[in-house]
Amino acid sequence: MATEKQSSVLCFENVSVSFDGDMALRDISFAAHEGESRVILGAAGSGKTVLLKTAMGLVKPESGRVMVFDQDISKMSERALFDIRSKIGMLFQESALFDSLNIEENVAYPLLNQPLVKCPPDQVLPRVKQALEFVELSGTLEKFPSELSGGMRRRAAIARAVVTEPPLQMYDSPTAGLDPITAHTIMALLIKERDVSQATTLMVTHRYQDGNLMANFRYNSEQGALEPVRGGDKEVKTTFMVMKEGQLIFEGDQDELEAAKDPYICKFVKQRV
Amino acid sequence: MVASWCGDNTYLLDLLKEPVLAVQEFFVLAGKAFRNIFRRPHYGDDIILQMDTIGVGSLPIVVLTGFFSGAVMALQMSRALAQYGQVGKTGTVVSVTLARELGPVLTALMVAGRNASGIASELGSMKVTEQIDAMRALGTDPIQKLVTPRLIATSVMLPLLTVIADFVGMFGGFIIAKFFLNLPSRQYWSSVWRALVWDDVTQGLLKPLVFAVIISLVGCYCGLRTTGGTQGVGRSTTQAVVGATVLIFLVDLLITKIFV
Repeated sequence: MATEKQSSVLCFENVSVSFDGDMALRDISFAAHEGESRVILGAAGSGKTVLLKTAMGLVKPESGRVMVFDQDISKMSERALFDIRSKIGMLFQESALFDSLNIEENVAYPLLNQPLVKCPPDQVLPRVKQALEFVELSGTLEKFPSELSGGMRRRAAIARAVVTEPPLQMYDSPTAGLDPITAHTIMALLIKERDVSQATTLMVTHRYQDGNLMANFRYNSEQGALEPVRGGDKEVKTTFMVMKEGQLIFEGDQDELEAAKDPYICKFVKQRV
Repeated sequence: MVASWCGDNTYLLDLLKEPVLAVQEFFVLAGKAFRNIFRRPHYGDDIILQMDTIGVGSLPIVVLTGFFSGAVMALQMSRALAQYGQVGKTGTVVSVTLARELGPVLTALMVAGRNASGIASELGSMKVTEQIDAMRALGTDPIQKLVTPRLIATSVMLPLLTVIADFVGMFGGFIIAKFFLNLPSRQYWSSVWRALVWDDVTQGLLKPLVFAVIISLVGCYCGLRTTGGTQGVGRSTTQAVVGATVLIFLVDLLITKIFV
């Protein structure tokens, strides 16, 4: 148990969160290990976003402990949390790009402001360009978020989340509100980023097909495209978690998820394409 | 009977909880904003930008308000003073009223209407679109980045705007005195100058400084506690203007009581 705690990148121990007496998370416990992918499924209001925000230290737990890189962040001050957050990249549900900054400034923001990121000033622009090339948004440096489409904003937000190459990456509903083609493009980018950086990934979604892509596809750097992972050849372990009314009601691999009999879980799995 | 009394008591306490919590949160925000003035990092660019938005941006409305309030004051007072044969004292009344009361209060109300609402809606929009959370996630304290620059900028610009409003108001009074009351320019300006004492200047500068703190912090507080999407942003904007306006009048009374 002690060994498991030491090797986990993110560990929730009996975490409960409430807002004005309403429980948003109830007694959540799990551990995400280095290089692992976790797909968190759940209906709207089931506590998925709160879980990610708690992992980031943006929401304080009412009880329990949240360990990030072996540090208990539950009682940390906001200033102390900045160091931990430097190691986490987060894509917010609504992209959360700063309206008043252009795309270049948005993507450069973590390079210039995160305390543990030591980026020489002359390296900021090349790294911003590199991150934007990664999400296929070269040429949008001078544009403002309001000038981009929803999918482009989401891609710019991914570039901002990964520009510092954080070892833990969290994506909150990356495909929500996007058409199927754009959603697939976004998912391909996330899988590419996961496989290139070997980062631990947490993805919140209500679409089973996103989790399916995450679990069964990998990025082929030679061909520059996604390819299916053959039978027992899975390099990245993908764990599925299902949230219902603030509770974690399932944790296991894809086979276990598909074999689950719970009607709530079945609803998500049946959406499979 | 006892149970009913206890029940009413609990109900009243429950009713009080929310406003007491709001006051506590407001003072916590204020404390952090003031503390950040002396802590790094300092966002100089944001302070300059806010000075431009709050100060330079408010200049036209403040000049207009100052001019017309001075002019109206001169007209009204000249009529009252005429009953005692003291029309020559119009400058005295205009300058004292403007420096002590109308200048600081009207300028603060104009800036509150324009900027407390602007601050609340800007920060409120950032809150509901998760930009505040993103800022925290990306290593920036939102109070340091958003609240403290607005506090500093308003505290610097509002006293300056008040001084401008006072002078423009006196000029408005001069136009009335010169062209409608036929008072000699020299008589008007000397009565204006002689009427003012250091106490008026202190009062006239202390008030806008306190009002600036109220406007910026109420705007920021209402913005940062916004919930409920775009409807919530509208609600916060209204609350910011109403809250700042009421507090300006209340604090004006308290400061005036100290000086008078």
